[in-house]
Amino acid sequence: MDWGYFKELLMGGVVKGSIYALIALGYTMVYGIIELINFAHGEIYMIGAFTALIAAGVLTVAGFPAWSILILASAAAVVWSASYGYTVEKIAYRPLRGAPRLSPLISALGMSIFLQNYVLLAQTSNFMPFKNLFPEEGFLENISEVLSATEVIIIFTSAVVMILLSLFIKYSTTGKAMRATAQDRNMAMLVGVNVDKVISATFIIGSSLAAVGAVLIASNMGQINFFIGFIVGLKAFTAAVLGGIGSIPGAMLGGLVLGCTESFGTGYVSSDYEDVFAFTLLVLILIFRPAGLLGKSDIQKV
Amino acid sequence: MLELVNVNTYYGNIHALKDVSIKVEQGEIITLIGANGAGKTTTLMSISGIVPPRSGEILFEGKPIQGMPPHEIVSMGLCQVPEGRRIFPHLTVSENLDMGAFLRKDASQVKQDLDYVYELFPRLSERRTQQGGTLSGGEQQMLAISRALMARPRLLLLDEPSLGLAPIIVKQIFQIIRKINEESRTTIFLVEQNANLALQVAQRGYVMETGKVTMTDTSDNLLANEEVKNAYLGMGE
Repeated sequence: MDWGYFKELLMGGVVKGSIYALIALGYTMVYGIIELINFAHGEIYMIGAFTALIAAGVLTVAGFPAWSILILASAAAVVWSASYGYTVEKIAYRPLRGAPRLSPLISALGMSIFLQNYVLLAQTSNFMPFKNLFPEEGFLENISEVLSATEVIIIFTSAVVMILLSLFIKYSTTGKAMRATAQDRNMAMLVGVNVDKVISATFIIGSSLAAVGAVLIASNMGQINFFIGFIVGLKAFTAAVLGGIGSIPGAMLGGLVLGCTESFGTGYVSSDYEDVFAFTLLVLILIFRPAGLLGKSDIQKV
Repeated sequence: MLELVNVNTYYGNIHALKDVSIKVEQGEIITLIGANGAGKTTTLMSISGIVPPRSGEILFEGKPIQGMPPHEIVSMGLCQVPEGRRIFPHLTVSENLDMGAFLRKDASQVKQDLDYVYELFPRLSERRTQQGGTLSGGEQQMLAISRALMARPRLLLLDEPSLGLAPIIVKQIFQIIRKINEESRTTIFLVEQNANLALQVAQRGYVMETGKVTMTDTSDNLLANEEVKNAYLGMGE
């Protein structure tokens, strides 16, 4: 067996998987709190990529140094995506709270179609080149034989972001309130949690993570268009279900498992079937472990 | 301290509370007794703002609170221990207690209160790092009461604290309820199906039937009342 090739595939899978994980977190956190699959989440990610593209373009013309472009463009993407996430919840989901579960789901699909077409009108359907925002720095070159500097940054950034998120959820007051709201919303209200605020915070955090993922992935892929949110969203959703929807460590694990499955599948079998591997894995998990890898089977509420 | 005036609450088209009027005075323990489905829990949920009434007035210390969001009602010092305890199952005991103090900013006082409830229920202290869902029913009830105490309520609404617990635990819980009322002058509004027990601890009681308050009197009088005896105390012929 060729270990070099294996390592290459493994690292490729980890790179892909960390991005899936970042986006999957948005699906899983929202599902954990309001039991809604936010189908517009992929579009939030796409909007993050466009915001970074536009911001980076403007800053480049203005002659900013490379590192500051990276930071400012990422910050713009995070803020812009977060405000979209917040607004989408407010206008498309909040009015439907208490409605049958199918209604917000349809509203989410509508939001997704709306956002796609709105970006299509504004930006056309052409693929736009996305310049790698990571500056060429000496210390990042030859850091490893199997990983490019960009890939190292992707793994490192995702890891840091996910660790920070875990600490936030575990120790901060808002994090505790989020967990409490996910476990029993009415009881959270009875201890004084403003549930509307917690839900907004969840959307803001999930959207920010998607924007970080967008900057990372777009820098790696080199081009974006209005439709990129669809397939990435679908994959990230798969990752969330794989790990156990509603579970935060599950989304992280699910992302990595999915990324590696795709990477090994394309590397050892055929790259034509990349999506087939992803969704076959999903079907298998749904058959043999419907609650996902780390998911808890539903506790019946009495 | 708390006054309900002609409160009407609906679940969709179902008229659950019909012109309910109840008055709670500062410092007392009152109880609301009645059969299953009489509207006792709905009364508490209306007060807490979870199921807001469609008409009528709810006054807490003279201020109307009907229609206010639940978290604002809690911040005024009106807390509830709901039916079935409703412990956050995947939060640890100490995290559950933190949630009780969610709205408080006075960290040092919160610490004091934490010590107080651990003293009140040493069992909880032993289990602080355990997840709430792994506790026994009695321990969960202790945790639920402690969680509410962490908010320093001035009025505590207790919904069926005896539900599903062994008689010895029930006795213990009721001793604590009395203690809370005496030591910290917390006013208590107790909802119970176990009318006998409730009327022993409360000074006054209200009887509820199919969404209406049908009777109100001192506990002693209610305990002696033939109708109450027949219907709720299991002493009929």
